[in-house]
Amino acid sequence: MNRKIYMAAGYNTISLGTGRKEFHPKKPRPGLEHYINEAGKGTLEQIGGAKNVDESVIGNFMAARFNNQGHLAGFIPMIDEGLKFKPSIRVEAACASGGMALITGIKNVLAGADTVLAVGVEVQNTMKAIYGADVLAGAGWYQRRKDGHAYFFPGQFSDRAGAYYEKFGKERTRKGLSRWYRNAIENARLCPTAQECHNTMPDPERTCMKMEPNGKFFVDNLNVLDCSKVSDAASAIAIMSEDGLLKCGINIRDAVEVVGFATSERDITKNPTDLTQMETIKDAAHKALKKAGITIDDLATIETHDCFTIAGVLAVEALGFAKHGEGADFIYAGGTARDGKIPMNTTGGLVGWGHPTGGTGVHQAVTVWEQLTGKTGEAQIDIPADKPYGLSINMGGDDVSVVAIVYKKIV
Amino acid sequence: MKYDERLQKVSVLGAAGKMGSGILLLTAVEMAALSMKPENKGKTFVLNAIDLSEEGLAGLMKYLRAQVRKLAEKKMIWLRQAYADRKDLIENGEIIDEYIFDVMSIVRPVTTMESAYSSNLIFEAIAENQGLKVKIFRQIDENNPNKPWFFTNTSSIPISLLNKEAGLGGRILGFHFYNPPAVQRLVELITIKENGADMTEFALAYAKNLKKVVVPSNDYAGFIGNGHFMRDSIHGIAEAEKLMKNYSFAESVYMVNKVSQDFLVRPMGIFQLIDYVGIDVVRFIMAVMNPYQETENLQSDLLDKLFDMGVKGGQNSDGSQKDGFLKYERGRPVGIYDPNKKDYVVIADFSEKCDVLLGAMAGTYKPWKAVNFNKKKADLLQSYFDELNGMETMGAKLAKAYNTRSNEIGKQLVNTGVAHNNDDVNTVMLTGFFHAYGPINNYLK
Repeated sequence: MNRKIYMAAGYNTISLGTGRKEFHPKKPRPGLEHYINEAGKGTLEQIGGAKNVDESVIGNFMAARFNNQGHLAGFIPMIDEGLKFKPSIRVEAACASGGMALITGIKNVLAGADTVLAVGVEVQNTMKAIYGADVLAGAGWYQRRKDGHAYFFPGQFSDRAGAYYEKFGKERTRKGLSRWYRNAIENARLCPTAQECHNTMPDPERTCMKMEPNGKFFVDNLNVLDCSKVSDAASAIAIMSEDGLLKCGINIRDAVEVVGFATSERDITKNPTDLTQMETIKDAAHKALKKAGITIDDLATIETHDCFTIAGVLAVEALGFAKHGEGADFIYAGGTARDGKIPMNTTGGLVGWGHPTGGTGVHQAVTVWEQLTGKTGEAQIDIPADKPYGLSINMGGDDVSVVAIVYKKIV
Repeated sequence: MKYDERLQKVSVLGAAGKMGSGILLLTAVEMAALSMKPENKGKTFVLNAIDLSEEGLAGLMKYLRAQVRKLAEKKMIWLRQAYADRKDLIENGEIIDEYIFDVMSIVRPVTTMESAYSSNLIFEAIAENQGLKVKIFRQIDENNPNKPWFFTNTSSIPISLLNKEAGLGGRILGFHFYNPPAVQRLVELITIKENGADMTEFALAYAKNLKKVVVPSNDYAGFIGNGHFMRDSIHGIAEAEKLMKNYSFAESVYMVNKVSQDFLVRPMGIFQLIDYVGIDVVRFIMAVMNPYQETENLQSDLLDKLFDMGVKGGQNSDGSQKDGFLKYERGRPVGIYDPNKKDYVVIADFSEKCDVLLGAMAGTYKPWKAVNFNKKKADLLQSYFDELNGMETMGAKLAKAYNTRSNEIGKQLVNTGVAHNNDDVNTVMLTGFFHAYGPINNYLK
């Protein structure tokens, strides 16, 4: 990279949806504007205001359908009048829109900007899940929608889970998935903005294990706890050069350095080569690690895209923490727990914190930034001195678009 | 005539009423499902929604549209399969809209009885008025060349009587839905000896497709459900009247209502239930049943008195509760009618005094909601009633007497041949009245 890239001043709104006490499906809720505003202002306040922002990027997947609203770049100056007449761009890569906003911001800094405001947002509770499924199906190939499941993406990942069960054993895999769910809920309980923060289920792992998937009512191979929920939320973070940090008055120890990043794309019109593997995640993550010049053993924490628990298992294997077919065992043995070999999704991930589709990538970056700078509150994990790195993996569609970013703690 | 053919031409009489609209919804959905079967493609299915009220029919169509959407949203997996050959329908939303259109296309809202003259099957859900039912059945049957079957939703009038007086030659049976039909799973099926076997078979198949729990009841006025409910009401009213010697009207009603709800772990107290059904309706059902009782008098001066004063209960068209014995705010009782004042008195003004009089609830008490859906329901009830059995408070005594009477009524329904067995009585009370336990139980010693 021709310049050093930093991220700082992250901000997450709450992830609103079923599970949070404030959520009531029949009562009016804040809209897109509220979330963009809150997250944007949350970051601006930490960087000395809008005057220090050179450009902005907003990541969003489907506001055009969830909220009948396109043209989201126009909402950036709404956050603060100081952003008027400054460059603003909206990017879309399905559920990797947030990650793509980060990549766009990073590239803008590499191209000369000193401070880029990156926002990711999605407000999805505007419709019932059965209609939301149509909207989210837009992350797949529309030509395949007709043959797809009523709940399109749960159907896709159910097929992956089914193939995995068949190849490596169902009971063994479900144990890993149920532990993944437990970790997600327990981690979310430590994070005040998480959707599952108020979850009081006595034994999440057992509950998930006992809930047999039933294709008559949902999908064949996953239960509802295996799925991330419908969420309304936004996150924002500042992407900066060294000059940007100075201008914004950010202490470098309150920032993380972006030491590697990669995006990778698979042909959306083709089926995955192997349902039991996520090859695009594997490709992007290893390219990013290679650019950073590190291996998975140097990572202290990972935020990975667990839109479904099975995606957690497949990511563990794609990264190389377990051999193909042993990802569920690794998770069941505690490998991904907050005190495990590699703490993953320490504030709940998509299953626990929430999955505001177009906002998720930015939320992941905020979480890694919080962990590496010691700002995670109750959810803070130990960052060993010899492992100063974090990784985020943000996926769009069924392993189609992937953004992987490696962050380094500054000591 | 096979099942599908029978359901090609159907009428619902009283379609805009509370029961009729539910029956219409369920039947429309069943007919739509049949019309989508490959072998029925191209066949016309017609469901006449007959009601005298044009306003009611307009409301019915709105209700139907909303309810069919809700149903469609719940069975999207099936719908995607059902419309798999429609390449133009891709998204869930498109398929749901088409399904609503297809169901609504079957329904013809009309105010004239003549539409029923070509039906094969006629559901009747008009007012509980024997003379009116007979007149309409006769009129349709005389003009309908198809020898139609009549499924009456009467909750109290003997079927054999309707059969005889309308001259239907056994083409009528009782198909008694519970309120609201779209939600309540219970159907009381009342057959008479003149019914053809094909008619009973059809009724069972239809009920099965609607996912209903069928309890057969013999043809005695009131059948099982009202057979229990009316006698249970008479007992509750009598208990309240006894209390009135020492306490005010409102206090007495409050205490019996509380005992029959909380102490008996039921979903609502007896006076609230009477209000829910309607004081006028309860009174009418008793009047229909009473002539057939040899040893009992199913009549209440108190119900007559309130009815004459215009206090009727029942529900508004939006499903909200009208005031009756009790006054309701957001569905919750807040007052009790005082016939002397001809007005409601506020419950909060005297409830504490009454609660003290009744005595504390058993320590193991849990409200109906916490018990009925609990996996350990039987254990919870057993420990609660074990404790109640040992209590001698006024509330406990009233509750024990109430349960004993409920038990007697249940056994009486079996002994007099209304119900085939104890289980049928309990099933009706469990599924039709949402009781947590059947009246024929061993909880009280």
